[in-house]
Amino acid sequence: MKIRTFKRHFVEAFKSMGRNGWMSFASISAVTVTLLLVSVFLAILLNINFIASQIEDDVQIRAYIERTEKPESYDVYQKDLEKLDKVKSVKYQSKEEGLDELIESLGDEGEVFSSLKEENPLRDAFIIYTDKPQDTAVVAKEVEKFKFVNKVEYGKGTVEKLFKVTDAARNVGIFLVLGLVFTAMFLISNTIKLTIVTRRREIEIMKLVGATNGFIRWPFFIEGFALGVFGAFLPIIVIAVGYQAVFDIVNQKLGTVFIELLPVTPLIPQLALLMLLIGGVIGVWGSLTSVRKFLKI
Amino acid sequence: MIEMIDVWKTYPNGVMALNGIDVYIEKGEFVYVVGPSGAGKSTFIKCMYREEKPTKGSIIINGTNLAKVKERQIPKVRRKMGVIFQDFKLLPRLTVYENVAFALEVIEESPKVIRERVMEVLDLVKLKNKARMFPDELSGGEQQRVSIARSIVNRPPVVIADEPTGNLDPETAWEIMDIFKEINARGTTVVMATHNKEIVNTITKRVIAIEGGRIVRDEAKGDYGYED
Repeated sequence: MKIRTFKRHFVEAFKSMGRNGWMSFASISAVTVTLLLVSVFLAILLNINFIASQIEDDVQIRAYIERTEKPESYDVYQKDLEKLDKVKSVKYQSKEEGLDELIESLGDEGEVFSSLKEENPLRDAFIIYTDKPQDTAVVAKEVEKFKFVNKVEYGKGTVEKLFKVTDAARNVGIFLVLGLVFTAMFLISNTIKLTIVTRRREIEIMKLVGATNGFIRWPFFIEGFALGVFGAFLPIIVIAVGYQAVFDIVNQKLGTVFIELLPVTPLIPQLALLMLLIGGVIGVWGSLTSVRKFLKI
Repeated sequence: MIEMIDVWKTYPNGVMALNGIDVYIEKGEFVYVVGPSGAGKSTFIKCMYREEKPTKGSIIINGTNLAKVKERQIPKVRRKMGVIFQDFKLLPRLTVYENVAFALEVIEESPKVIRERVMEVLDLVKLKNKARMFPDELSGGEQQRVSIARSIVNRPPVVIADEPTGNLDPETAWEIMDIFKEINARGTTVVMATHNKEIVNTITKRVIAIEGGRIVRDEAKGDYGYED
């Protein structure tokens, strides 16, 4: 294909969009509405996932060391723990540090415990993080088997419930987004099909004048792509502005104590790219599948 | 130029439209194809520009056997012939100029050549001043002139017309015939299916009459020969 022919297809595609004004508008609107839904739900899903991961990452195993053990052997013990399957890292925490942490976490009321510093009731401990938070229970059982371990704590029961909740949230989110993407595909491609079906006669005429299938297809290809991409613009703007607003509110009102949302960059650029991609691909797919039907003349 | 050898066409629904057609058309000839409705005229014409594929036999145009042409090659065959229809078949969203230019764009002609040739043929059909209008802003006769301009713009050796005056009033029909005479005078072969008795009897040319899918008459200076 000569370059000027490609240019011609390009000009032709945009001319056709202008001359089919209302149909183009309908196609772009369909893309806009569905992509808006997809992007909002996707942003929510990604954040649910992000928050769930944050909560899960806080899950740790505390292995308290028998008081009879000598601190000199702690290094060896730590190495033993690190050698365990599915263990990411092991941190040693002396009983003094443990008490400090406890006092700090209790805030003002913690002052009461300061008197305990003389006679610390806590034990030295190893804090163990697993590769995957879901492995916690299994690893905890392994850790319990060591002789130097007095007691293992990992929030038994609570952890399992937490994972159930986060997994459910993820699954529901994925299900919703997938459903929306499929709806989007059908809605968009159907609207584009409609715009092309009305041009069935034109395609037949082009063939009778000696146009090859490729020659006829190119402008439709470009047009479908452009309709999809144009339709993605508004959702991108809405999600960018909206997410920034929500992000600011959550950060100011709730601070960092409670939850943290995904940062605006890279989330919004990534979402924008994805929306452009979905719009473009579905646009092209919709237009090419409908043109194909009329090319057999 | 155009040669049909023992051409048969049976449609999938069992209609036998052509039953052994043999015909030879010389370069530069002007041929009317006449006959009652449903006699096979349209199929005869459609086989020539390969909208229909014959069930049996060969159709050789410009040295290419249409019966053996592959699907992908059909556009190339059609570029070597101009086709004109009763219902004009113009692209409704393209201007007069763009409709004519389309036939040259498909062969990737340069913009300069496209401009020159389009203006040249629009001049021939006397529509230069309406180049920017859309088909629905034109009269039937004008639309048919656009479609003729489109059919000859890439200078094909053959022009095939399927009842080109069928939708036009008598006066306009004569104008259209003047253009066909002019095209033929320049050396282009013209094959025209028609129902217009007056035209056939006045502008006398070779007449091929088809009835029941067979050629029943083929006269060098014939007349229409039917009473409708």
